[in-house]
Amino acid sequence: MEKFEKLTGIAAPMDMINIDTDMIIPKQFLKTIKRSGLGVNLFDEMRYLDDGSENPDFVLNKPAYRNAEILVTGDNFGCGSSREHAPWAIKDFGIRCVIAPGFADIFFNNCFKNGILPVVLPQEQVDVLMKDAEKGANARMTVDLDAQTITTSDGETISFEVDAFRKHCLMNGLDDIGLTLEKAPAIETFEAQAATSRPWV
Amino acid sequence: MSPKTLYDKIWDAHLVHEADDGTCLLYIDRHLVHEVTSPQAFEGLRMAGRTVHAPDKTIGVPDHNVPTTLDRANAATMTEDSRIQVEALDKNAKDFGIHYYPVSDVRQGIVHIVGPEQGWTLPGMTVVCGDSHTATHGAFGALAHGIGTSEVEHVLATQTLIQRKGKNMKVEITGKLAPGVTAKDITLSVIGKTGTAGGTGYVIEYCGEAIRDLSMEGRMTVCNMAIEGGARAGLIAPDEKTFEYCKGRPHAPKGAQWEAAMTWWKTLFSDEDAHWDKVVTIRGEDIAPVVTWGTSPEDVLPITASVPAPSDFKGGKVDAARRSLDYMGLTAGTPLAEVPIDTVFIGSCTNGRIEDLRAAAAILKGKKIKDGLRAMVVPGSGLVRAQAEEEGLAQIFIDAGFEWRLAGCSMCLAMNPDQLAPGERCAATSNRNFEGRQGKGGRTHLMSPAMAAAAAVTGRLTDVREMM
Repeated sequence: MEKFEKLTGIAAPMDMINIDTDMIIPKQFLKTIKRSGLGVNLFDEMRYLDDGSENPDFVLNKPAYRNAEILVTGDNFGCGSSREHAPWAIKDFGIRCVIAPGFADIFFNNCFKNGILPVVLPQEQVDVLMKDAEKGANARMTVDLDAQTITTSDGETISFEVDAFRKHCLMNGLDDIGLTLEKAPAIETFEAQAATSRPWV
Repeated sequence: MSPKTLYDKIWDAHLVHEADDGTCLLYIDRHLVHEVTSPQAFEGLRMAGRTVHAPDKTIGVPDHNVPTTLDRANAATMTEDSRIQVEALDKNAKDFGIHYYPVSDVRQGIVHIVGPEQGWTLPGMTVVCGDSHTATHGAFGALAHGIGTSEVEHVLATQTLIQRKGKNMKVEITGKLAPGVTAKDITLSVIGKTGTAGGTGYVIEYCGEAIRDLSMEGRMTVCNMAIEGGARAGLIAPDEKTFEYCKGRPHAPKGAQWEAAMTWWKTLFSDEDAHWDKVVTIRGEDIAPVVTWGTSPEDVLPITASVPAPSDFKGGKVDAARRSLDYMGLTAGTPLAEVPIDTVFIGSCTNGRIEDLRAAAAILKGKKIKDGLRAMVVPGSGLVRAQAEEEGLAQIFIDAGFEWRLAGCSMCLAMNPDQLAPGERCAATSNRNFEGRQGKGGRTHLMSPAMAAAAAVTGRLTDVREMM
């Protein structure tokens, strides 16, 4: 997994609540057997018009935000399906950090498996970052995972919380499976006990 | 010993390791896989030279993509990318030696219908699948939830998941349901009350007289939509109905093992003094037959209500409601029962079981669908389909003018050719009314099977109680 340490980049404002995984990546793009190449279809239905051309009103199509690496958005982002294609599409587009007042559980979890940092902040602080993002390409935000801070283009610093284990994995780009396999003896012990206590499983 | 909730008990029974910071390794008893969220996971195993740790606990079935038309044995009915996904699952199942129900097997169907039907899902288990509606299996008193593809790979490789424990939420439905009110109305009404993020971070336990009175199939409908309320998992304590349902299923324990299992299963309930982080109580008598009007499952109203106005809401929901009404082509103040529909879809992991088909057929018997309407029934599994044919339900649907399809996810998420056209309005028994969910520009109203059947007859959203 790609490491996430510190990122300075353009933040795109997307001030909508309940952005669901069908909006992030519609179902017709789930028919892939690869993880890559989904960025072009990120937010497909909002991003493209019926004739396939770009919708100029959509934030990521505006010149200032085409290279956004941070997304500032509304509550309950990523609700709906468990499709990891949603974070794959976000990452493939180039976004490495999503900031919102709240995330759906499964999406939130999927982000950490893909080198994306989801940051939960109170609505008032998200509002500050949303305003900063609305300034456009010259207003770059800095997300520092080690220090757990976000610094606006005006130099205002906001602190955020992150689970220590997840932070460790993100900062070091660690593979979960490798970590778990180090605990293989504990899994074997559990299985041996379960074979006696719950043999029907 | 301190009092525990049902969730606490199942969690503790599956804890392999707990780190000092509270990060846990949880053992997984059943892993269900389908063709859409598993190919990258199996590929990951291959690249790392890993195997499936417990193929005997891993069950595969293609469902999301498969055509539901009667000619689906002809591979040409599938688009090439869909066929590649199904063929990849066929191959992965064979290569890694997992249990498998291919498209040609009569037991094939939606993964969340096949699991319980075959007795794979049992009380007290941990069940995961790369699909958010895995919450369905919670109806058995199992801890069941959706996972992403990286986690699918993790479970395949280790039979465990890295987890942090969620909080406990109790949703109690007291008293009795009125006639015409179903499990679907319960689960939609709960989401209408708590919102789509109300359950985020929680595991819900549904309880109360109205829940106890539900059949196992009704309980599956309730738990299925826990995720629409933001909760990864919803569960219901097992009781005699649960045990009766499980007994004799192909993969349920037999003989002495059954007795041993029953001894443990009977301890699976929340202790009287257990701690709840959040409690929601709804009177069963207050629940009406409901429909959704917007593009979020929390946009729920009784069928007797009218389309709301954006000004009825607060905060971010004002803009969201405006956007929803525009997308749905609805005007504030219109009585919901006057909204005309184009299409009816009965099926999905929410409402594709035999009792759902019976409820719809009871309304449709001797009637015809409205002229010009498109209507389809997609049974949840090949076995549900066979039973419905044996009971004469299929003929009722066909006589009424419905298409009688083969099993799959179908128009619930429209990955196969079963899709809405832009602007087409559908009365659906599925679980999500998101923009574009049933096809780009398609408009979805969620409701119970009986309500969908009533809408098919009148050609508009309809209060089923008028037809009972």
